[in-house]
Amino acid sequence: MCLAVPGKVMERDGDQAVVDLQGNRLTVSTMLTPEAGPGDWVLIHAGFAITQLEEKDALETWEYLQAVCGDAIGEAPEFDPPTQANEEQK
Amino acid sequence: MTGRIADLRSELADLCKRVDRRVQIMEVCGTHTVSIFRSGLRSMLPSNLRLISGPGCPVCVTAQRHIDAAIELASRPGVVVATYGDMMRVPGKLGSLEAKRAEGALIRVVNSARTALDLARREPDRPVVFLAVGFETTAPATAATVLEAERDGLQNFSVLMCHKLVVPAMLALLAGEDAAIDGFLCPGHVSVIIGSDAYQPIVSKHAKPCVVAGFEPEQILEGLRAILEQLGAGRAELGNAYRAAVTDAGNRVALELLERVFVPADAPWRALGVIPDSGLDLAAPFERFDALARFEVTLGTDEDHPECLCGEVIQGKAEPVECPSFGNACTPLEPIGPCMVSSEGTCAAWYKYNRPSATTAGPAGAKEARA
Repeated sequence: MCLAVPGKVMERDGDQAVVDLQGNRLTVSTMLTPEAGPGDWVLIHAGFAITQLEEKDALETWEYLQAVCGDAIGEAPEFDPPTQANEEQK
Repeated sequence: MTGRIADLRSELADLCKRVDRRVQIMEVCGTHTVSIFRSGLRSMLPSNLRLISGPGCPVCVTAQRHIDAAIELASRPGVVVATYGDMMRVPGKLGSLEAKRAEGALIRVVNSARTALDLARREPDRPVVFLAVGFETTAPATAATVLEAERDGLQNFSVLMCHKLVVPAMLALLAGEDAAIDGFLCPGHVSVIIGSDAYQPIVSKHAKPCVVAGFEPEQILEGLRAILEQLGAGRAELGNAYRAAVTDAGNRVALELLERVFVPADAPWRALGVIPDSGLDLAAPFERFDALARFEVTLGTDEDHPECLCGEVIQGKAEPVECPSFGNACTPLEPIGPCMVSSEGTCAAWYKYNRPSATTAGPAGAKEARA
């Protein structure tokens, strides 16, 4: 449950940002990472960016997540990125 | 990367030989547990090194009384309970939230506290209660959401506070006489928030090495190597093998937010009992968001299933296959205890990944686990 996944900040508006998670875009709160701006990588947990990451480390983490989950990232609850947008459609 | 893993394994073997006794390291975090099982790391470790899974799955440590309170809240006419999906199937005295939803209760699965707040915003006439579970990784999201609800004057939003703090639980485990823990592999993403310095009391008071690690197999091995290096040299220090994401001091903004919105409080942990200052309550200015007070719900008592060994499992005192229910009456499809419900629970991880070891260790459950 405490897993966070890396995403790249695409645009930021106040305490909100649109982040890209390997093609999946969602809006997260950047309240906890006041310095993160477009182009920066952040770790995302439960709809919040919790820290910034170097691109190299972020990409390495994605490589690992894809290796262990493959296409099933959305199916494996422990590696399920917080797809807030999906929830809102329900 | 594979080459690095081979190097680390051989370094670990050398270090374990040097220590020359049985070493027990607790991986505190459920995400570590899953990664360790998924990658088969346990079978790669030297024979005198044993990993024990700790109380680091928020679902598994949530006391039954909190599940029961959530179900009672969901029974109130018109009340919407919003919860992280992991909590849906945890059995309470009155069944699970999933069963309650099947009866028609208004229970919504959300991936963020903010989604729960949005639900409240969209339907201002309907009370929305957010089931706030999780460790320090998750608690800042609740704090931020409460702050937002306060700022926007939302009258129909409240939270059922079940957040837990990792370090007090680790200290409580060490206070037990039968705790045979030589060192801690500390959680990665909890430590993003609290920082690697937060484990100082464990190092100072109990002289146990505490090393933060990421969740990839290589990072876990790095963490274990750092702990064994310390044990071999007779040292107990703080370590951080996850510098990519974790700093000494943690996320200052998140910690300030926690301090502003919450106060430490005694909290009931499944099977560990009430641990002083191991949970969070709303601070006085935010008390009106407390769901228990708002709906006049009193927390009951915990009556866990008599056969369930989840309590022993999360303290590292028993392995899942020692439980008579494991793989028999208790399976991921029909779980009895929370460690089988949560995908990060130790029992679920054993059931899914630990087949070879289950064949040697297992009584009744092992055969089922292989099926």
